[in-house]
Amino acid sequence: MNPEFFVISLLNGVSYGLLLFMLSSGLTLIFSMMGVLNFAHTSFYMLGAYFAFTISGVVGFWPALVLAPLVVFALGAAFERYCLRRVHKFGHVPELLVTFGLSYLILEVVQLVWGRSTVPYGLPEQLQGPLFSLYGTQFPKSRSFVMLVALLMLVSVWLLLTRTRIGLVIQAALKYPEMVEALGHNVPRVFMLVFGGGAALAGLAGVIGGNTYVTEPAMAASVGSIIFVVVVVGGMGSLAGAFLASLLIGLVQTFAVALDYSLIHVFKAVGVAVTDQTFGYPLLKLTISQVAPILPYLFLVLILIFRPKGLLGTRED
Amino acid sequence: MNSTTTTTVASSATSHYRFKPWNVGRLIIWTLFAVMLIMAPMLFRSSLALTMLSQIGYLIIICLSYNILLGQGGMLSFGHAVYTGLGSFIAIHAMNMATKGSVHIPLVFIPLVGGLAGAFFAILLGFVTTKKSGTTFAMITLGIGELVASMALMFPEFFGGEGGITTDRVYGKAFFGISFGPAIQVYYLIAAYCFVCTAAMFAFTGTPLGRILNAVRDNPERVEFIGYNTQRVRYFAFIIAGFFAGIGGGLATINFEIITGADSLSVIRSGGYLLFTFLGGATFFFGPIIGAVLLVLASVLLSELSKAWLLYLGLVFLFMVMYAPGGIASLIMMNLRLAKYGKLRQLWSSYLALGGTALVGVMGAACMIEMTYHLQLNAALGPELTFLGATLNAAGFTSWFGAIFVMVTGFGLFELCRRQFLRQWSTIQEEIEHEIKRGEAL
Amino acid sequence: MAADNPTNTTYALELRDLRKSFGKTEIIRGVNLSVASGERVAIIGPNGAGKSTLFNLISGRFAPTSGDVILNGQRINGLAPYEINRKGLSRSFQITNIFPKLSVFENLRCGVLWSMGYKYTFLRFLSNLHDANERAKQLMEMIKLDKKRDTLAMNLTYAEQRALEIGITIAGGANVILLDEPTAGMSKTETTRFIHLIKEVTEGRTLLTVEHDMGVVFGLADKIAVVVYGEVIAYDTPDKVRANQRVQEAYLGSVVADEQGAGH
Repeated sequence: MNPEFFVISLLNGVSYGLLLFMLSSGLTLIFSMMGVLNFAHTSFYMLGAYFAFTISGVVGFWPALVLAPLVVFALGAAFERYCLRRVHKFGHVPELLVTFGLSYLILEVVQLVWGRSTVPYGLPEQLQGPLFSLYGTQFPKSRSFVMLVALLMLVSVWLLLTRTRIGLVIQAALKYPEMVEALGHNVPRVFMLVFGGGAALAGLAGVIGGNTYVTEPAMAASVGSIIFVVVVVGGMGSLAGAFLASLLIGLVQTFAVALDYSLIHVFKAVGVAVTDQTFGYPLLKLTISQVAPILPYLFLVLILIFRPKGLLGTRED
Repeated sequence: MNSTTTTTVASSATSHYRFKPWNVGRLIIWTLFAVMLIMAPMLFRSSLALTMLSQIGYLIIICLSYNILLGQGGMLSFGHAVYTGLGSFIAIHAMNMATKGSVHIPLVFIPLVGGLAGAFFAILLGFVTTKKSGTTFAMITLGIGELVASMALMFPEFFGGEGGITTDRVYGKAFFGISFGPAIQVYYLIAAYCFVCTAAMFAFTGTPLGRILNAVRDNPERVEFIGYNTQRVRYFAFIIAGFFAGIGGGLATINFEIITGADSLSVIRSGGYLLFTFLGGATFFFGPIIGAVLLVLASVLLSELSKAWLLYLGLVFLFMVMYAPGGIASLIMMNLRLAKYGKLRQLWSSYLALGGTALVGVMGAACMIEMTYHLQLNAALGPELTFLGATLNAAGFTSWFGAIFVMVTGFGLFELCRRQFLRQWSTIQEEIEHEIKRGEAL
Repeated sequence: MAADNPTNTTYALELRDLRKSFGKTEIIRGVNLSVASGERVAIIGPNGAGKSTLFNLISGRFAPTSGDVILNGQRINGLAPYEINRKGLSRSFQITNIFPKLSVFENLRCGVLWSMGYKYTFLRFLSNLHDANERAKQLMEMIKLDKKRDTLAMNLTYAEQRALEIGITIAGGANVILLDEPTAGMSKTETTRFIHLIKEVTEGRTLLTVEHDMGVVFGLADKIAVVVYGEVIAYDTPDKVRANQRVQEAYLGSVVADEQGAGH
């Protein structure tokens, strides 16, 4: 493990972690605000990427960066208004189910409109190439752009919630919706805006994530379960916890994928030889990179055993 | 507590003579169920029908086991395929070991092996899973579902890698002359298990654990204050559901003689169980049975009829959640209630009108969807396609205009009928409530 | 208090310097209370004084920040609600907390199952549990809901649901019963009927009830505990409490404060 590998992996891990946080923060906000876990959150992520792909084909990437999230916002708000609101009175399970149904639907429609294989949603010229080189390894501009947008987004959302009037209303409606409504605010409309806003944040993540990584129908599902893990590991309803968990998982996954050590190497280091006849060989021969996909889920299990309310969880769920 | 001693004396006196009339209605229903299971292959004779009936058989067990969690316990699980899948895998390894002669398990007991495996993994994973409830529980099941599905690729020795594991269900001595080679014999094995497991799961609903599980669903906090550890209740229910899920998985193994990790353990499969159990109706015991039938019909027949079947499924599911969250079973029961009060005949014409207009609207929409799919997937074949006997030109204006026109007309008329229907419905409901109140006052 | 108990028999319920803070706010600020077995104690006080919080601490819904809750000589603070219930303490809720989709009979039967030892069994049928079914039937008759045996709990009237709530609370045969505003939202006639019911069903048991209706309190209670701002400022027989200077000030003071707040 040389220093350049370490630094580059660190940066990659942080940028991936920040992308995860962009997604999990929107999810956490909607969950805190409305008690609804939006199963279709990463579907909005996917929509953002696909819309950006189409829009940037017409007017270029930079307008798409603004337009695509707006379209996703509109769709999210419409869904809340016409579907979610109707189901609200049935309880939390039907709410989760309706968002589950939506995720199904979005997947099918995306495949219908854009096809089942990856689409060539590429980086604009300004984001191609390396930002800098470190001992010969490059750190791409696109990933640093992801970090930049993620941080900007976070700061603006935080400012919006804590410093503006609408943010205050949202925070109040979170705890006391009837009271806020009695004060004359249109709480259903607030919910609609919050849901649309959360969807737009996911869409924005899609715009920048789609061309930095890959844009394909499976992108929603692959990052979806990780986001849920992030939210549970961080602690349901805790933004700080989601931040910590996102970075942790982002870093661990990035590092793990590059490491080819297995327990056999560990045994060899202490002088014990392991052959394919040794008991538990199938387990011992697994390299860290092979195990990488399940590491987030292992975290989930460990957290649930040792610290069920999550890293920074506040709710006594 | 003086009262209990007197009651025990009293009940022992009455236990010598107790008039317990047989529940005739129940007896009839179960007999009918058994008869249907026995007669089904004689009514539907094609080999396709037999495959479908076999699949329905074990999916009934799986969906009912899923409903122990969803409908009875209020636990939304996105990872039920873990227990059916692991049950399948243990079953297939047991079958292979029995074929080699290292263990002696006749084929008829293999589903039980699957069941025990399902229960074992439920004991293992369920403890952590049931630590939380509600939405968090759902996400945990998703995470563990992904965990196990990903692990399948890491251990090809057990999970068979991409090609999966195969087996032969004909091994050892024939069971009273039955080798289980022919599909019809497998069907009857599945049917037998289906009947027994359905009866067992139904019996479970009438036990203390079953009832307290319902209480946990309705009001988990209150349950703690009547002396029950809510998490324990959920954990035990989880294990029982895992047991029956494993039986279903074992039967699936026997049926297909091949199991792959990517297919059997996937979150997509879990989602399928969820979707169809909900569609069938989670609030009534027999709902999942309907769900299982729909699952097989959709995945075998509907998928042949249209490439857009998943889209239709998603739309139907969405509408069900919004408008009929009790599923098809609740719709049936609502109408049975109407029939009981003699009000059903008033709605015949309304139902016909609703059905007819909806069908027209759906046809129009379906044509549009089919044309879109055709353009996307089969563009190389040219713009023409046949759908339900009619030829459509996906690139032609007339086809699109026609489809839009049909759809708009159909749905427009449907909306008119729906409003009329709602008015009728509320009047009838009021009349029924009135009659119920009258009956109570007597 | 210990001084009132020269023979030093075990109290049914004792609270020793009980404190509870939520974040920086201390809601319960050192409560001391001793309830003898079979006594009926009414807990009164202005809104927000912490009465429901007190019940939550005793029944295990929250753990106290410090101090002890002692049930029949055993410390129960920090135990889970189901553990406390199994030791013989049961409570009802201010906001009706029943099983809405189960029938009246089923609601009551669920309440008796654990105390009759049926625990988590799935190998016996409910219809065969004669003692549980008999007891549920008895309870139904006690709370006068036997005519509504198969009605779903969510379809009962408000007063009927409150009656069912009490039924579930006493079903398990607990010796110490906590009733949180049992007559909340009831009319005069319903309240009077309800008080008779409460007296009947809690015969011989220790009862703590939070109440606002003074008529109820003076008719039902052996002793009254007055809770103001998380402290017990008086704990005595009804007549002595009525004459207590501090109590009068507290109530009068709260009335004055309300009036000032309303801008009179």
